[in-house]
Amino acid sequence: MIKRRINIRMSGLGGQGAVTAAHVMAMAASKDGKFAISNPFFGAEKRMAPAESYCRIGINKIYDRGELVFPDVIQVFHPQVITMGKSYTMPFYSGIKEGGVVIINTDMPLLSDEDVNRLKELNVAVFEIPGTNIALEIAGTELATNMTMIGSVSGITKCVSMQGLEAALQERFGKKFVASGGTATLDEAIKKKFAKKEMLLKKNLETVTRAYEIGAEWAEKNNVELQVGVAA
Amino acid sequence: MATQSVIGQKNNKGQTFTDPRYMMHEAERTPSFFTGSEVIKEAIRRASCDVMIAYPITPQSEAAALIGELFAEGYIGDYFRGESEFAVMSQCAGAAFGGARVFTTTAGPGTMRAMENFPMWAGARLPIQMIVTCRGINSPLSIQPDTLEISYLMQTGMLVWHAETAQDFYDWILKGYMVSEEPDVHLPLALCCDGFFVTHTKDMVDLTPVDMCLPPYDPYRSPVPCMDMECPPVRMMRDPFVMKSNYISYATHASWQQEVWAAVERSRKHSIAWLDGLIDTENTDAEILLLASGTAVSQGREAIEILADEGIRVGLVKVKTLRPWPGEEIIEATKNAKHIIVPEFNVTGWLAREVKATIPNNERVHAGPHVCGGMTMPPEIIASEIKTLLGIKVQTLSARGS
Repeated sequence: MIKRRINIRMSGLGGQGAVTAAHVMAMAASKDGKFAISNPFFGAEKRMAPAESYCRIGINKIYDRGELVFPDVIQVFHPQVITMGKSYTMPFYSGIKEGGVVIINTDMPLLSDEDVNRLKELNVAVFEIPGTNIALEIAGTELATNMTMIGSVSGITKCVSMQGLEAALQERFGKKFVASGGTATLDEAIKKKFAKKEMLLKKNLETVTRAYEIGAEWAEKNNVELQVGVAA
Repeated sequence: MATQSVIGQKNNKGQTFTDPRYMMHEAERTPSFFTGSEVIKEAIRRASCDVMIAYPITPQSEAAALIGELFAEGYIGDYFRGESEFAVMSQCAGAAFGGARVFTTTAGPGTMRAMENFPMWAGARLPIQMIVTCRGINSPLSIQPDTLEISYLMQTGMLVWHAETAQDFYDWILKGYMVSEEPDVHLPLALCCDGFFVTHTKDMVDLTPVDMCLPPYDPYRSPVPCMDMECPPVRMMRDPFVMKSNYISYATHASWQQEVWAAVERSRKHSIAWLDGLIDTENTDAEILLLASGTAVSQGREAIEILADEGIRVGLVKVKTLRPWPGEEIIEATKNAKHIIVPEFNVTGWLAREVKATIPNNERVHAGPHVCGGMTMPPEIIASEIKTLLGIKVQTLSARGS
């Protein structure tokens, strides 16, 4: 399916970088020459509490903002979103559009038979990716989990290019970035993991690339087509 | 008193004081991908502010902290933190009494806590600019967007504008000073947006050149002598009216309140010139009109597109200023409409009430949909409400996927 706009809902937990992921995706789309808006939704900032962010990417100017109630793609950043209901909607896939895609960061199956059947009825493809494992393996830190989520959704939908992502990552991590106290602390934490800023950028990019490849391969194999563009 | 224009001179950061009309309307713009909070910072960088007073607490935006960075960089004359929202707004008054261009930000419960100061600012004719990034105000507590606080601000005698996007916000911060510092206005401005939807959203915004800034505030343009307590329009402190019960004290107070509201009216011509009208309209010949302010306009634009795909034509009225209230403009824009839909991000529907009090045949006004307490208003919900109003059958949206 080729759509004028793709709406991505990222459900994560506080501290996982779901907000950063949506901002990077939107920045990348805008560098690719598409229209994009990203915004987060969370309560008082705290680790492990539900935090969602939304990224809208399209070929026309986007006005819609706020919580994404009817998304095309849902990304689950943490198993607890499903297992402990740490989500702003119940079930976590509430509102997903027909023909949509669900991407789950997990190394084991989490969906009940009921969930699987409902998603099948809606013709929603489910992609499970061990994102945290990949982040640990390539970047050496689970803080890079969000990079695997960025990579997988981009690989599946091609809504942003790798060039766009590289430029966006450079902009986000390559210079001083002022954000809230919580985000600033996490930025400092991840910078300490790497000897040099260039190393942080390089590892992030490698993680994104790996997840992009895995996602692209899965989409091709399973004939999942959900793209932004002018419908033929 | 200086008799030479400052236009063309440089400030100590190397920015050139520029004719605001040139800066806002003609100077080349740079597209930048920013959050609403970052946009506030960039506007203030170019606003020649003397004093910013902050109470950087949640719920707010990152703007107060970001402007602290601007102070560190030397773009703001002075910057300090107040003890509470009430203290901040009182300190803003002090700085403005002293002849400074003042900026502050607040939101939600903070706005409510500081409320006593706002009619005082207006009565004292202080052209302070306050950014209000609206949040829920009622219990159970919420830090999410909800525009109820605007309805309180509308009765204070302040100018109240409601921005739709970060671009509006950027332009209106700078233009706002130009309107509120006019001698025949000289009133504070509450520049409102829906918190989160604007402040935390990354969007493309066209910025004016960073090496241009507004000319500084000239306190000699104040229409009243600088009001310290010895020299108010009438004496306020040593023999305050509140202590008197006589005709002259009542008459003074009453006439001054009328003068404040007359000044709100006089801001109309300046706001029309700077904002290109108090309302924006699209397709007002349509039978169905959507009338809104703030983020509800954005959601409305998307709903209009959804309905257009289904062959239903809907026009749009975007209300930019709530004070001054664009009554004549709304009467004119809605004259052809059979249905006027007013979606709002608050439970009471204050905008619909204002519109009903303004236009003839006000049974045409449909107040809603309403969301509140931080809920989102998906365009699908607006589209569905309009279809229901027209008697078209709609699917139940909430059942999808669950």
